[in-house]
Amino acid sequence: MLERLAGRVNADANLLRRGKHVTTTFLIAVDNADHIVRIEHGRIVSITPGPFITPNYSFALRAARDSWEKLWSPVPIPGYTDIFALVKKKLLRIEGDLHPFMSNLLYFKGVLAAAGHTQEAA
Amino acid sequence: MSPRFEPAIGRYLHLDLLGRPHRLYVEEAGQGVPLLCLHTAGSDGRQYRGLLNDERITRNYRVIVFDMPWHGKSSPPVGWENEDYRLTSRDYVRMILEVSAALGLDKPVVMGCSIGGRIVLHLAHEHPETFRAIIGLESSPKVDPYYDVSWLHRPDVHGGEVSAGIVSGLVAPTAPDDGRWETLWHYMQSGPGVFKGDLYFYMIDGDISDRLDHIDARRCPLYLLTGEYDYSCTTEGTLEVARRTGAQAVIMKDLGHFPMSENPEKFIAYLLPVLEEIRLGKKASAA
Repeated sequence: MLERLAGRVNADANLLRRGKHVTTTFLIAVDNADHIVRIEHGRIVSITPGPFITPNYSFALRAARDSWEKLWSPVPIPGYTDIFALVKKKLLRIEGDLHPFMSNLLYFKGVLAAAGHTQEAA
Repeated sequence: MSPRFEPAIGRYLHLDLLGRPHRLYVEEAGQGVPLLCLHTAGSDGRQYRGLLNDERITRNYRVIVFDMPWHGKSSPPVGWENEDYRLTSRDYVRMILEVSAALGLDKPVVMGCSIGGRIVLHLAHEHPETFRAIIGLESSPKVDPYYDVSWLHRPDVHGGEVSAGIVSGLVAPTAPDDGRWETLWHYMQSGPGVFKGDLYFYMIDGDISDRLDHIDARRCPLYLLTGEYDYSCTTEGTLEVARRTGAQAVIMKDLGHFPMSENPEKFIAYLLPVLEEIRLGKKASAA
């Protein structure tokens, strides 16, 4: 699900501008599949799939594949259009040191939205 | 583009509000039935500029929008630096009644969105005789906290940017970019801790679930308009209010939590028939 995330984020000049102060490592879990995403100055420099023995990251976003697919649906589904919508439904959990996430919230929402742009060929 | 002024007039109203002197910014346009508009938490009256500029509305309605104390161009009261802002149901109801009285409004229509959509339910419960009709936008009886609101006011996080980030997903994904980003800009300009202070009403003090059955839409016409993409004030919450009060409810396609600012044109298409019904109802009763 995350194959093209780095390419899309790194090609988005506005997103890079918004995230220019973001340097952190975070974790995205799809079901039990962990991925560690390294960001430097807003640019994704690596996405490393798990499993990990001692993963080191600032914060993690964990949800079932079905929930991520609804969030990233090319046709928006009412009630599933935002990570906080999923949090409210208890379908997504944000844990760890949330400071990098909350202090750059619009940037990280942009990063996550980039994972869902599946209609680019249209 | 030729320079032009919009028809709205903005003035500062001095009044005693909640027992203290206040200076409130008030905008209005149009003539006819007074339509008092209430903005959302952590934002201000600019959200209603689409209505203030729509001649289809202003030819029959005097649209009035005030920035709540601490919001927009209204000042916080003298001494604000020594207190935490926190909105309560009691103060919010009093504020609306006192502003309406100060403006000399005779049986206005009141319309509020989000926290405004909640407080109008309190008005429908406590003061139905005061209003010609009540319109709730994104009304729900309660919203349980679903994130830690302390993130909204701390020195190591930009309050405006995190507030905009929190609410960004409440804008419908189908909203035009200009409406979306203007809506977020208002949040980015909110004063420190003001959004958080409003959410005390929204998530804690303003819960009206236990009084819904005592609201009777026959005592004051009650209309509810909610965007299909609003996951905070959910469509289910709105329909529950309608079922228990007799209100008319419409779920608005392609709209989210900020219908009047995220996509004014689409919202006004839903609002016009409601305003027309209210106006004709008034005519019918006056005849």
